[in-house]
Amino acid sequence: MRHLLSTADLSHAEAVRVLDVAEQMAATQQREIKKLPTLRGRTVVNLFFEDSTRTRISFETAAKRLSADVITFSAKGSSVSKGESLKDTALTLQAMGADAVVIRHGSSGAPLRLARSGWTSGAVLNAGDGTHEHPTQALLDAFTLRRHLVGGGDAADRVGADLAGRHVVVVGDVLHSRVARSNVHLLHVLGARTTLVAPPTLLPIGVETWPCEVSYDLDAALAGDVQGPVDAVMALRVQLERMDAAYFPSAREYSRRYGIDAARLGLLPPHASLLHPGPMNRGLEITAEAADGARSRIVEQVTNGVAVRMAALYLLLAGEDA
Amino acid sequence: MAGARPGEVPPTTPAAHPRSATVLDAAEVSRALTRIAHEVLERNKGPRGLVLMGVPRRGTHLARRLAERIAQVEPAFDAEACTGSLDVTMHRDDLRRNPTRTPEPTRLPATGIDDATVVLVDDVLYSGRTVRAALDALSDLGRPRAVRLAVLVDRGHRELPIRADHVGKNLPTSTAERVFVHLAETDGEDAVLIEGPTGEPTEGPTEGEDR
Repeated sequence: MRHLLSTADLSHAEAVRVLDVAEQMAATQQREIKKLPTLRGRTVVNLFFEDSTRTRISFETAAKRLSADVITFSAKGSSVSKGESLKDTALTLQAMGADAVVIRHGSSGAPLRLARSGWTSGAVLNAGDGTHEHPTQALLDAFTLRRHLVGGGDAADRVGADLAGRHVVVVGDVLHSRVARSNVHLLHVLGARTTLVAPPTLLPIGVETWPCEVSYDLDAALAGDVQGPVDAVMALRVQLERMDAAYFPSAREYSRRYGIDAARLGLLPPHASLLHPGPMNRGLEITAEAADGARSRIVEQVTNGVAVRMAALYLLLAGEDA
Repeated sequence: MAGARPGEVPPTTPAAHPRSATVLDAAEVSRALTRIAHEVLERNKGPRGLVLMGVPRRGTHLARRLAERIAQVEPAFDAEACTGSLDVTMHRDDLRRNPTRTPEPTRLPATGIDDATVVLVDDVLYSGRTVRAALDALSDLGRPRAVRLAVLVDRGHRELPIRADHVGKNLPTSTAERVFVHLAETDGEDAVLIEGPTGEPTEGPTEGEDR
């Protein structure tokens, strides 16, 4: 791997390898001394053209735990707000000697442009681009699912395992979600089935070509009527800031038909988990009772995010081909 | 631990390397380990506070075998509870010179390593760089009372001021030669092999060399 731009680029072996390395990284994060010397002297630039809390902090933590130097660059308060282009920003970072660029951008394809253009010689990690992909989020979701669904709780049982035969329901604003697209591709590569559930207005054009099933009925999907019993359900954030039109009649109607609450979780088998990429709109796509309940893995997802991003940085930066 | 790691060379048998010579056979490996187990006990004046930490992958198996031998002599020694494995991948200084390695698990004894006498166990001692990385990794995990080093083969050519306390066999080699340690757990047989500079080239670094 040279860059991490999209989960659609990952082979089965590469995806499993990221999860396996993340497993070892997670183990180091249980120790008193969490810092490793692995990327000492390397520079990681966080280039955030869009607001983000947990992804930016997660990447920053991951890079620092591996002893890399971290420069965080937010569009607000930088020359980007004076109209500097992506190219000029990238050339500036290259001149400063960035070994890796973690980029979040509002435009789909910006990380690919950066990786292909030759403006920077470093590895490019996509931290979310427009409505396209968010590969590290999908990897941390898969990592969280593997921890709960595979093996008897011993890390050694999970090494090398994928999610073959598992079934994940993803419900919510698929249209604006880069998380959904990344998850559909990654879960498919890992052998799991995915069912997307959303109102027709919140599904993107071309969703029928994705490797998943689509349903408009959440209760049927959760009860196992679409693709069999469900191992996990992932609620997506309703991205009100991207909504330029009325996609559903009212928030109350949306949460009644597509919101996750305790009653809906009751339809699931006892082992099933609840995930959410955050930040949550409590009361809209998820109730507080569900988000804070026993099935919720939402806080754990944040913890796992650091381990997965450490693995991604390690695999892209540590070896001779980096 | 089961299954080959990506990029790993499949276990080679002596027949696959016609120019390789067996330096230690299974019985000699067994005798060397028994002697090291006794030396470790003698040096420590008993099994008290002893922890054996193997460097994956073959060092881990050797550490477990040493612990079993110590337990045979000293029934009070709990072999399972006093054995661990210590991955040094993240502490290596040659990461950028090699293809990316997948880290192996680190397992500590439940009692930890603080104030214990830690015996690091590895298969081959060569440049000493693995041991240097292991010492760094160890210091992140706790503060042992003392650290000792036990290896099955010491082939010389140290690049750092490091020496082993317990050696199965001192093996004078040239840097052009390659030393392979085979263990029943990973390779189906116990043997130490040496292969001359004209031996068949193998792809990538194998465990038990480049140390």
